Amino acid sequence: MNGEPIIEISGLTKAFSGKTVVDHVDMTVSRGEIVGFLGPNGSGKTTTIRMICGLLKPDSGDGTCLGYDIRTEADRIKLEVGYMTQRFSFYEDLTIRENLDFVARLYGLTPRGDYVDSTLGQLGLTNRRNQLAGTLSGGWKQRLALAACVMHKPQLLLLDEPTAGVDPKARREFWDEIHELAGNGLTVLVSTHYMDEAERCHRIVYIAYGQVVARGTVPEVIADSGLHTFVVKGQSGAALARRLRERPGVDQVASFGNDLHVVGTDERLLEQAVREVIAGTGARAEPDETSLEDVFIRLMGQTADNFDGNGGTEARP
Amino acid sequence: MNAIPNAATPLAGRRRVRLRSFSWSRVMAVMVKETIQMRRDRLTFAMIIGVPILQLVLFGFAINTDPKRLPTAVIIADNGPVGRAIVTGMQVSDYFAVAPEPMGEAAARQMLARGDLNYIVTIPVGFERKLVRHERPQLLVEADATDPAATANALGSLNEIVRSAISHETTGPLASLSPGGLPVDVIVHRLYNPEGITAYNIVPGLLGTILTMTTILMTALALTREVERGTIENLMAMPARPYEIMIGKIVPYIGFGFVQVAVILVAAAVLFAVPMKGPMWLLLTVTLLFIAANVTLGYTFSTIARNQMQAMQMTFFFFLPSILLSGFMFPFRGMPDWAQVIGQVIPLTHYLRVVRGVMLKGGGVPEVANNVWPLLVFWAAVAGIALVRYRRTLD
Ligand SMILES: Nc1ncnc2c1ncn2[C@@H]1O[C@H](COP(=O)(O)OP(=O)(O)OP(=O)(O)O)[C@@H](O)[C@H]1O
Ligand SMILES: [Mg+2]
Repeated sequence: MNGEPIIEISGLTKAFSGKTVVDHVDMTVSRGEIVGFLGPNGSGKTTTIRMICGLLKPDSGDGTCLGYDIRTEADRIKLEVGYMTQRFSFYEDLTIRENLDFVARLYGLTPRGDYVDSTLGQLGLTNRRNQLAGTLSGGWKQRLALAACVMHKPQLLLLDEPTAGVDPKARREFWDEIHELAGNGLTVLVSTHYMDEAERCHRIVYIAYGQVVARGTVPEVIADSGLHTFVVKGQSGAALARRLRERPGVDQVASFGNDLHVVGTDERLLEQAVREVIAGTGARAEPDETSLEDVFIRLMGQTADNFDGNGGTEARP
Repeated sequence: MNAIPNAATPLAGRRRVRLRSFSWSRVMAVMVKETIQMRRDRLTFAMIIGVPILQLVLFGFAINTDPKRLPTAVIIADNGPVGRAIVTGMQVSDYFAVAPEPMGEAAARQMLARGDLNYIVTIPVGFERKLVRHERPQLLVEADATDPAATANALGSLNEIVRSAISHETTGPLASLSPGGLPVDVIVHRLYNPEGITAYNIVPGLLGTILTMTTILMTALALTREVERGTIENLMAMPARPYEIMIGKIVPYIGFGFVQVAVILVAAAVLFAVPMKGPMWLLLTVTLLFIAANVTLGYTFSTIARNQMQAMQMTFFFFLPSILLSGFMFPFRGMPDWAQVIGQVIPLTHYLRVVRGVMLKGGGVPEVANNVWPLLVFWAAVAGIALVRYRRTLD
């Protein structure tokens, strides 16, 4: 990308009542980049994002956001960042219009009416503007929140699972828009649990138990994982899957419709296992590209093991 | 349809936003939002109107009390043995706390008007001489009767004190006075509320107590509600400053308080015919200050409380002493010293004196000034605490 760092954090650490939930996280995001922030539930994504926009004070480590110190210049950061919270946190007892009006006033947007009306129009909510926000469906709430947090044209968007519960068409439109905005210089850090969304990011950062365990472009992350995959087609019942799992060299077996994805680190051992198991069953096996999901499941397993191995008792209740 | 509106506007080369330390627009944002939420909450709205009316009806009836040791000044124009015996008798009685040093008439009247004294007892010139001549001298008692409960029993006891004082002194030359009825006329002037109508006292008092309860409670919930509903995260992520949020959340509740003031004053005039002797503007101005102090306290509670339940508990924790120690339930001067000290800190104490002073005594600025500055101090103090306590982060 064009280099100018928008988010630069190093050694960011946060503990809640003695339990470290973000552990020395480093991250750099440049202008115009779309960075996906991934990791299992409770891995510290929301906490990290909150520290970046000044909502939580880091216990240690430091960083800048838009060139402002995240510890001391939160007021400046707030003016130019759009933060969409994971949980809907607009006012449910206010109408859609009143919520947007509130946001427009807070950012001092003038003429306010124009901002609000055009946002309503582009959202397609003009007819429902007087509906209470609390009565919107889950997906519509997400879209309202999103619209509200870009209304003041921020430099940086921090989106915490913005598309949770949003239908596929709206999701695709959302990502098209994100890319267009990024082309104009907007920077985006977006947390998600969707693999297809991760693949639409320029880069991803994967965090588990508060530590970054993988980062880079999607192909880089897949290559770094050192995983190999075979797809078993045809005769691929549950019994076959069970037998595969018992074999050395096989780490994961997952069904996708009529196919089985078999994943392992040692290519030779993996192929041998697959060939032996399917021999005589009529099923076919061929090597395939490892998917991001397989990598993540592998990463989750690994870090959990690491954690249980050292210091797990202190870190997990 | 775009998932993200305004996407077409180019971001590059856009002017940097100025960081302003105060913005009316942001205050307005919070104010408008808060007003809408308040209006939309039916229960709250019912409370604005319902609570004052309910309380007025309930408390409109007498709450009887038997206060002791009320501050009394004795003006002795005739220094004879009987007069001294009466003063001693009053000192010994539980009802009066007689000021030790003698006091001038003018000074005593002023103190009575300010509410620092409950009684002035005057032993007129020639009291002793008339007594000896069986001429039925007068003993003048001026009582602050704004709170009739405070005066009834004390005045009742006065005749007894005078009788026993005289019979004590009748061993000498006055022996002939001893038997029969009281040889003295005890003249009682009930000032400010001559008929001793309880509602005259209770209704102004209710103005203060109702405002205390509802305004503190409503604002105490203001921030904790945001915390409980999770909206605080959004609010904090947006650029409003703590004092902007505070002003924005406080002002609507001041308006709310004034709706109640209107309800109570109209009810006071229509239902109980409580007079309005002093200037209305003065009452309303001090009321504004009193409500402002209360809502700011409520806001302070909501910066300290972790949830709405705690905020409510804090409100009642404050409300109780306000009712008991402000002079609403029990006459202020009749309370023990420690209770008076606590009472001085409570805004309601000062507000009650102002309301009674203006409504019933026709007091003006000089009479109420003494009770205005404590309200100002209180207000500034709680506002300071609120701004310090406001959490800028979610930690
Ligand atoms: N305010 C808090 N007090 C105590 N613990 C907290 C607090 N906020 C978060 N945590 C803990 O920190 C850990 C990380 O939480 P966080 O919300 O950052 O995870 P996440 O990666 O966003 O998860 P998810 O994908 O489920 O949203 C969790 O174990 C959570 O319980
Ligand atoms: Mg989260």
